Formats: sequence, structure tokens, C-alpha cells
Amino acid sequence: MQTTFLGKTLHTPLVLASGVLGNNKAILERVWENGCGLPTMKSIGPAPREGHKNPTVIDLGNGMINAVGLPSPGYLNMEDEWQELSGRAFPVNASIYGGSVDEFVRVAGFVAAQGPDFIELNISCPNSDKHGMLFGVNAQSSHDVVAAVKKVIDVPLIAKLTPAAPDIAGIAKACEDAGADAICAINTAGPGMIIDIESRCPVLAFKTGGLSGPMIKPIAVRCVYDIFRSVSIPIIGLGGISTGKDAIEIIMAGATLVGIGTAVRYRGINVFDKVNKEINDWLTAHDTTMEEIRGAAHREVL
Amino acid sequence: MITQLMPAMVEVADKEVHSPEFATLYVNQAIDFKPGQFVMVWIPGVDEKPYTISHHNPDRFGITVEAKGVFSKKAVSLGPGDKIGIRGPFGNGFNMGSDHKQVAVVAGGCGMAPLAPLVEAFQAGNGPDILLIQGARSKSFLLYPDRFTGNVEICTDDGSKGYKGFVTDILVKKIKALSAAGSPDFDMVYACGPEIMMAKVFDICEAHGIPCQVSLERYMRCGFGVCGACVCGHAVVCMDGPVFGSKALRTMADFNTRALLKTGKPVPLDEYASWRCQ
Ligand SMILES: Cc1cc2nc3c(=O)[nH]c(=O)nc-3n(C[C@H](O)[C@H](O)[C@H](O)COP(=O)(O)O)c2cc1C
Ligand code: FES
Repeated sequence: MQTTFLGKTLHTPLVLASGVLGNNKAILERVWENGCGLPTMKSIGPAPREGHKNPTVIDLGNGMINAVGLPSPGYLNMEDEWQELSGRAFPVNASIYGGSVDEFVRVAGFVAAQGPDFIELNISCPNSDKHGMLFGVNAQSSHDVVAAVKKVIDVPLIAKLTPAAPDIAGIAKACEDAGADAICAINTAGPGMIIDIESRCPVLAFKTGGLSGPMIKPIAVRCVYDIFRSVSIPIIGLGGISTGKDAIEIIMAGATLVGIGTAVRYRGINVFDKVNKEINDWLTAHDTTMEEIRGAAHREVL
Repeated sequence: MITQLMPAMVEVADKEVHSPEFATLYVNQAIDFKPGQFVMVWIPGVDEKPYTISHHNPDRFGITVEAKGVFSKKAVSLGPGDKIGIRGPFGNGFNMGSDHKQVAVVAGGCGMAPLAPLVEAFQAGNGPDILLIQGARSKSFLLYPDRFTGNVEICTDDGSKGYKGFVTDILVKKIKALSAAGSPDFDMVYACGPEIMMAKVFDICEAHGIPCQVSLERYMRCGFGVCGACVCGHAVVCMDGPVFGSKALRTMADFNTRALLKTGKPVPLDEYASWRCQ
């Protein structure tokens, strides 16, 4: 099910969510071979960062809570990875983060020169006090960071948004106005907290964490639905997508590509092949196409 | 009940101190388990780390801790009545096959921890003949010295017990002795220990056409194949492994060469090992 996205051909419309497995070339390639059209790298930061202490990721059965905390070697310490990726046969989406507009610009400028196919600005991570979500909950700062980065790169730019924004459609519009080529929604929801009642202690070492997986799918669908009404650039829809029917649902809300993260846990790395097949089967059974169903939920029902 | 979801707070029922370096904490709970699998052990306020299950009964299991870092020193200081959080078990575990006649089990240092329940599981069934080759730096680092009898070969780097030399020397000698006697080869070699030792075992097995399985160690966060902290080449150690067979090892880019630090940066194994020992 070949798809064109911002001028690039992808072998499927499925995207690997940032922060899920994407820690080296071999695993990005493996995910691609298993039906993922666009693997996203783990978010790259301005300096070496270890992330939070464990526990950092807990499976709640119907989704997960995590506060991995943006670990990164730092953009200047990834020569080996870029070297290996330079000979790749597959497209790569490089996710980046920073603690200020300047840091975003510095990281984006450097990373863009290493040859990724897309750059995704993570302005939406809930797991750091200084990075990420601070930008994505405010239209003006979202605009500022996207506009500043857009000036220094010529790689297509994707803005990744948080459902914590009071008006995610307004943020998306601000990003589009600033020059974003696409929107990716959503990052994890919440943040939430789980407490172990025996030890009376929050389980995550960072105490709070972002929610992902099936339990957040309705939030993701609503966000993509709202964003679709406010922008004309394409949307990567993600958040709790595990099956072909989930993918169809978020495409009907307006997504062009569909991201998968947490479902790798529930259905394995070949979740991408499975979901592709399920999408195809559904489209065939309903005698329709991706183009025809995209945004279908917005059409007036008579 | 212990599951792969939220950590279950359980009481440490007993502690067995093996040496100044090693202690085993026992928990009186049933856990559905295969030798080679691991659990995530949480000490609230301290950290959470993966530990292989080193002792297993239907209603009790144990984990063996080597006191080397902040977490493990805290863990060995725990005693009966203290509570720890457990989630798991995770990972694939060893493939015990169904018709092995003769296997070798090669343990280096604390690599004995996942292998001991494997040996016991073989012994409990109508299992194969087992040659156990156990080595360590010196005598006091030999885990569970009295746990197994029978065909056991001991070696230490300093000669303080058994043969002075490496487990791999003994493995080669035994493989050659079998073929000199015209006997069939080992059906499988199981190994756990320092990665360089396992790589040597793998090379020896490849050279002699014997299949092997080794159990790898990488820094872990989730334990269930999502966060990517533990990737080794194309392999996700917590989910595809920690046990890998010859076929996977042949194409595993980072085996015996690199591992990721907590930042995600790939570094040579000796640099990784010195970070892990802090
Ligand atoms: C363990 C984990 C780590 C994550 N790390 C990142 C990250 O570094 N950068 C980012 O933009 N999103 C990160 N996310 C968010 C995912 O990319 C995705 O937006 C979110 O999990 C919702 O999708 P899902 O329900 O399919 O997992 C992470 C999610 C998880 C579960
Ligand atoms: S520890 Fe998270 S993928 Fe292995």
C-alpha cells in the first residue's frame, strides 16, 4: 500500500512512533522490513542526557505509563549512528527536542545535515521539566520554535503535538502558519500517576508519566479530528492505534499516515504488517480507498 | 499475584548470604517461569533492575544479587519482612529442546544464576546427561558451590579452586575428548557469563558444528520490548532474548562488540561494563 508523503514514497502508510525501539539503525531497519513505511528515531537532544531512574515504563494492560525522560547521547555524539544510517535503504524521521528556541535551532540544523528524510520537532514530551511540552501547550511558543527551525533546515518539518494543549487545533494552525509541513498527533496523554498502595509510593521514579496505548485512542481521534478542521497540511495520527480498524478510525478523523508505538508491545514488531493487512482487508470488504475515507467523519451525514 | 503489569509488592521471606559479594533473596510466591527468564525488581525510592530467577519451586523463587552498585548493595541489605516490587517474568528463556541426550552448561561468574534452574529443570525431567563447567575469578566468586554434584568441572582465574584457567579451555578439551572417543557431540551448549566468554563459547561451538544458546545482558527500562534501551543490533534483548541461539548470534551486529549506555549511546563493551560496575 504505497503512499506519498511530503514528496517521499513510503512503502506503507504506517509510522513507528518516536521513542519506541528506534535506538539504532538495525532496529529501525527491522521495523521497516516488518511493514513500517516510516521509522522515527528516538528524540535527539541538545546534550547527553540519561533520562529518569527506573521504574520508567509500566504496562497497565490497556496501555502504558512512561517517564523515560528523553535520554539522548546528544546531537554531537551520534557519529556512528549517522554513519550507519547514511547507507540505508529506508526513509527515516529524525525526532529532536530542545530546552529553548536556540537549542531546537542548533540541534535541527546539525541533524538536518546528516540526511534524515524528515525532522520531527518534539514540542510535546511531558517527561521533562525543561524540554518539550512547555512549547506545545502555547500557540505563540509553538509558532516561534517552528518558524526559527524552518529557517535553518530544508528537510520537511513535522511538528509533534501534545493533547495537554487546551486548544490543539489552534497550536496546529500556529505551526502551519510558521511553516510546518505536517503535524504529528498525539504524544502521550496526561501526565498521569500510579501509586503502589502497599509502599504508598508513586511507582514511576519521576512520579508522573505520559499515557499511551488503547486507553488514549479516543483522545487521539478527537485531536486529529480537531486538527484536520484547522489546517490543510497532512497529519500523522497516532495514540493507541493497534489494529486496522483503529487505523481506519483515525484516518476517517483526518490522518494521512498512522503511527504505532505501544501496540508493538501487544502485537509484536510485525504489528505493522498485521495492521497493513487489516487496513487492506477492510478497504476491500467495503470497496473503498484510503483517499475516499480520509476525513470521512467530517462529511455531513444526511 | 505477580504479573507483567504493575509491580506486585511481596515480602522477602528469607535471605541466603553466599559470600560478601552474593546473596539470594527468596519470595514465597508462585511465579510462572521458564529457566532463563527474568523479573524486574523494584525497591521504592531506589531503582528498578532486571534479575534472572536463580531458584524456583512451585511456591517459591529466588533472585541472586551481586553487591556492586547502589541498587544491588541496598538489595543485599534487605532481609525477611522487607518488601520489594516484582513484575514479570519477561523474556524468552532457554529452549530445552525435547530430545537432547547430552548437553554442556558453561557458567562464568554470576552467569551461574540463570543456568542453575536450567540444570535443575533438566534433572527433574528425564533430561539429558549434563556436563556443568563453572568458572569464576576466584573461589569466593563461585556461585552455589554445593548445589550440583555429578559431572561438574570447576575452574578459577587464579587457581584458588579447580583448574587454573578458563571455562572455554575445558569446553574445548571436552569436545575434543568426545570426538576422540568416537562419541556423539553435545546436542546443545548453554552459556552465560561475561559476553567475551559467551562469544568464545559461540566461536568454539561454530567451529565444531554444535548449536549453542547464550543469555545476554543489556541496560533495561521497560523489560517488554518497547523502550529500545536494550537493543543489540537488530535484537531486542528483553523480548527476543535474553537467550539467543547460534542462528541469531551469527547476524547480531553488536554481539560481543557494543552496548548502549543509559543515554542510548553505543560504546565498546569494556566501556559499558565499567559503567555497569559502578
Ligand atoms: C516508552 C515511550 C517512549 C516515548 N518516547 C518519546 C520520545 O522520545 N519522543 C516523542 O516524540 N514521543 C515519545 N513517545 C510518545 C510516542 O511517540 C507516541 O506519541 C505515544 O506513545 C502515543 O502513541 P501509542 O499509543 O501508539 O504509543 C514515547 C512513548 C513511549 C510509550
Ligand atoms: S528494556 Fe525496553 S525494549 Fe528492552
